[in-house]
Amino acid sequence: MLNNYLKQAFIILFSGFKDLLPIIVVVAFFQFIVLQQPIPNLANILIGLLMVSIGLTLFIKGLEIGLFPIGENLAYDFARKGSVFWLVIFAFALGFGTTIAEPALIAIADKAAFLAAKGNVIEANLDAQKAYANGLRMTVAISVGIAIVIGVIRIIRGWPIQYIIIGGYIGVVAITFFAPKEIIGIAYDSGGVTTSTITVPLVTALGVGLASSIRGRNPMIDGFGLIALASLTPMMFVMLYGIFI
Amino acid sequence: MLELVTIFYSVFISTIDDVVPIALIIFATQYFIIRRPVANLHQVIFGFVLVTLGMAFFLVGLEEALFPLGEVMAKQLTDPDFLGVDESLKNVHWQSYIWVYLFAAAIGFATTLAEPALLAVAIKAQNVSGGTVSIWGLRTSVAIGVGLGIALGTYRIVTGTPLHYYIIAGYIIVIVQTVFAPKSIIALAYDSGGVTTSTVTVPLVAALGIGLAGTVPGRSELIDGFGLIAFASLFPMITVMGYAQIGHWKAMRDQRLQKN
Repeated sequence: MLNNYLKQAFIILFSGFKDLLPIIVVVAFFQFIVLQQPIPNLANILIGLLMVSIGLTLFIKGLEIGLFPIGENLAYDFARKGSVFWLVIFAFALGFGTTIAEPALIAIADKAAFLAAKGNVIEANLDAQKAYANGLRMTVAISVGIAIVIGVIRIIRGWPIQYIIIGGYIGVVAITFFAPKEIIGIAYDSGGVTTSTITVPLVTALGVGLASSIRGRNPMIDGFGLIALASLTPMMFVMLYGIFI
Repeated sequence: MLELVTIFYSVFISTIDDVVPIALIIFATQYFIIRRPVANLHQVIFGFVLVTLGMAFFLVGLEEALFPLGEVMAKQLTDPDFLGVDESLKNVHWQSYIWVYLFAAAIGFATTLAEPALLAVAIKAQNVSGGTVSIWGLRTSVAIGVGLGIALGTYRIVTGTPLHYYIIAGYIIVIVQTVFAPKSIIALAYDSGGVTTSTVTVPLVAALGIGLAGTVPGRSELIDGFGLIAFASLFPMITVMGYAQIGHWKAMRDQRLQKN
């Protein structure tokens, strides 16, 4: 009995470590061999690594018993209910709601506003920066909501993902030529930061669940692709934001 | 120690702030639109608690261990003194920055392997594909893509070439591969572009990019500092489709060998 608990505790503490091993190797190599510096605050770093490992293990366990099942069940229920209207509302709410509060997005929006002020794109005061950052966040959140809606409709209809994504790329490239130079890097980056660690598993479970429960859809071909769409639309919308602001 | 507890507490509260809106949307949909009780409600709620706790541990650990060190390393590696770059020059030679490219590739690869969102997608992909796509196969090919992407991205910052040339060239490769890759991998490959860069990679990579643009003579932080994340989201698509193409090609070859 006690043995079993110890084993469980050991798994929780250390099973995430193999995921961290590459980081430890890379950091040690560059720190000791290339930069030839000692590691500052070694104790802090070891505690930190242990916490990262515990965090990964708990997170994955939580996904398996909580987020994956509820995402899939919701998808089954929507498919059975057959209400596209509510599904679309839900999809938008999920995309918008999970993006607007995303810390990575808040960080990048603030940074973009700071640099925009520095580059004289907007006035160099805090109010103007705040307004710019908030507008950027709102733009990205709306675009992710729209992306999930398009993605869900695609799964229902069975449209091939590649046409939508490639069409989207062409859109991105076309808009790039009209966008102010300062916004391009930020716009391209905003695609990558929208999909957070909690959103990704949920959205994936939703897509795979929908594709599995609609007749004629293949979960591998039709179930994935929502995240790709959610990373594509922000690029376009942020550049449009840059053009019109 | 007490300091750590305080940090953990504040991160835990802000993680709850992130999870609650999502949970609200889900439970509201379940009860008001679907109008059905949640199966295994206690277990699902416990799952949400574990995810929140796990995220908090993960983030505090990163902030305590990885980010400060990573930022210091990025700063030291991009320091003109360390690299032996003469700052008075207008144009630097791209080869002076070889350690930066290597660091970018290695740290991109390593942090991607620890990215929880990618692990989540890999678990789903292995289930759905019946094992054709393995968890480690997907994670490694995405990590190689991120490593390559970020290394090329730092090269772009050093040389100051326009971002969209690279991105457009990358898109063209993706389009060509889409035509030839096995159909079942396409959606997953596109998705792996978006999942690579969340909790671990973004802060480190952003620090590297902006630090680099700030120290390379003639670069502007605003125009050249961003864009690394875009590289990190583009290249995994190429490597994941490549992974499926290699797997497909191997299976075909084995079949031919068996026939002979």
